[in-house]
Amino acid sequence: MLSKVFFLYFASVIVLTSSLAITRRNAMHGVLYMLLMFFHLAGLYLFLNAEFLAAVQIIIYAGAIMVLFLFVVMLLNLREDVQKSRFIRPWIIGFIISSGVMVIAIKAARSVEVVGTGRWGIKEIQSATHIGAIGQELYTHYLYPFELASLVLLVAIVGAIVLAKKRLK
Amino acid sequence: MTLANLRPMAPELILIALGLVLLMLDLICRKKEMLAIVTLIGAILAFYFIKGSHGGLFDGMFIADLYSNFFKTVFIINLLLSTLISVKYLDTERALHGEYYALLVFATVGMMTMASAGNLIVLYLGLELMSLSIYVLCGFLRNNIKSTESAIKYFLLGAFSTAILLYAISLLYGSTGSTDFNKIANAVAVMGAGAALKPLLLFSVALFVTAVGFKIAAVPFHMWSPDVYEGAPTSVTAFMSVGPKAAGFAIIGKIFFVAIFGLHVEWVKLLIPISVATMITGNVLAISQTNIKRMLAYSSIAHAGYALLGILTADGDGLTAAMNYMLIYMFMNVGAFAVVIMLRTEDFAGDELKDYLGLAKTHPLAAFLMMIFMFSLTGIPPTAGFIGKFYIFTALIHSGQLKLAVAGVLISVISAFFYLRVVMYMYMKDPEVETPVSDSLYLKVALAISVVMVIVIGVFPGKFIEFAKASLILQ
Repeated sequence: MLSKVFFLYFASVIVLTSSLAITRRNAMHGVLYMLLMFFHLAGLYLFLNAEFLAAVQIIIYAGAIMVLFLFVVMLLNLREDVQKSRFIRPWIIGFIISSGVMVIAIKAARSVEVVGTGRWGIKEIQSATHIGAIGQELYTHYLYPFELASLVLLVAIVGAIVLAKKRLK
Repeated sequence: MTLANLRPMAPELILIALGLVLLMLDLICRKKEMLAIVTLIGAILAFYFIKGSHGGLFDGMFIADLYSNFFKTVFIINLLLSTLISVKYLDTERALHGEYYALLVFATVGMMTMASAGNLIVLYLGLELMSLSIYVLCGFLRNNIKSTESAIKYFLLGAFSTAILLYAISLLYGSTGSTDFNKIANAVAVMGAGAALKPLLLFSVALFVTAVGFKIAAVPFHMWSPDVYEGAPTSVTAFMSVGPKAAGFAIIGKIFFVAIFGLHVEWVKLLIPISVATMITGNVLAISQTNIKRMLAYSSIAHAGYALLGILTADGDGLTAAMNYMLIYMFMNVGAFAVVIMLRTEDFAGDELKDYLGLAKTHPLAAFLMMIFMFSLTGIPPTAGFIGKFYIFTALIHSGQLKLAVAGVLISVISAFFYLRVVMYMYMKDPEVETPVSDSLYLKVALAISVVMVIVIGVFPGKFIEFAKASLILQ
């Protein structure tokens, strides 16, 4: 019962703050709402027994990525977003399509049935600790994707330098 | 685990090492042409190692089989051709940065990872590796506003489509309990006929169609491609009009033909309107283009539509035909772009249709090659393009989709108009301006390879069809 109340609180705040984040004209406000959203998302992870993910969520998203966002907004010095006429005028069409997709998504989500937990149920995670469980999976079963991710990051760094370095030879 | 255990992924490892070496070499190497040569050598080495790469690694996360080897062949030839056509072009555009070749190589590794993925997570990471490299390559001409626009557009829409792919993956994981293709296939098989009644699963299938449709630029997810193709450096356009498209078809084979084959009635229903709309839109909009890169962009949309027709049969023949189509499409499309690059010189952009007026009088050889590629793209025998279309339509007829085959043939007649218009411009009009063409040896080699392959596949298709057929996963 109590967990349901908490879930409802976190979920509704996430929905509220994310819609605020995309509707604010002031970019700074939008970013701050997003920050609030990330904190509540971390709360949700805690409820799923994923304390490591919750910590990562706060450190990386709320810490590092949001700071980057704020830097960009401040560097661009955007007080209000730029007023320009849109290429595609009738927003109502977009609204209808996206609400249609949302209705389908909700319908689909209602048909969820739990198929079983696999190797890592809540009990196993609790006994191995969450970090232990992630570490074991990451460095054994998921070693290949883990290494691939490092390559993706390398390309991102090289790409950032190529595009942003002030003067290339 | 020793190095010998890693033999199945030797081509990938060689290319990753090549990419890293290129990054380091850029520091000490003055002459950037050297980097291209190193890239060529590394790619040929990787190509050599494709043969004999068999087996799974990492709990079936990586699978090197004949199917993935077919696509790896395509990707590495694409890398080779793109490198060859880049050397002089980058010099002309004053964009000689060593990272270019490294990014080409990493993008290729990404595609190869997608083709040999055994797991949705690996597939996703391969896709990201490919896409990230190509976003950067699109914006490689940093002082060119169109190039920057192209990179931004591709990045924003690409990120959006990746998000859709992730959503699809999460829903598929949620409804089957696994990210492994074979396990998903088992789970779907267990559900039997009930699988088609699960909204969650169907929603995930629709999202997969969307995400893959974006990568292969199928209508209505094609909006980005003309702008991106036009703005990107021409050599990158050639690379990305083939690579990601072929990689998209590689994952269609993995997802649709393995993981969710149990739902093939459903995804065929989704793909039929998409492929027909793709063919019509691509061919009709190409008619009104005045820029040859934009025209080739719409043409590449149309070709994705033809190749999708092969997928619609949901059987081995059709998939073979689509794979074969990708192989042929690579040679004729990169060839056409190589001619476009040939016309690009210091003070001449050479990417407008009117630049081709009377080309046969000023540069008969360039015009002749362009004519062959245009004939092939139209699908006129004895070029390879004809063989590609022929097998697609045959597969469609064999699977009883007669109406679609007729529609495909009729729509491809439209394409003759804008391809042959280029030929008409070159041969039947008088030149407006006299311009030199690029005399790069590398470019000539790329052109020679493309034109020879277009003719050889057109005249002796047997071997190549057998190659594609032998590479099939489901027989």
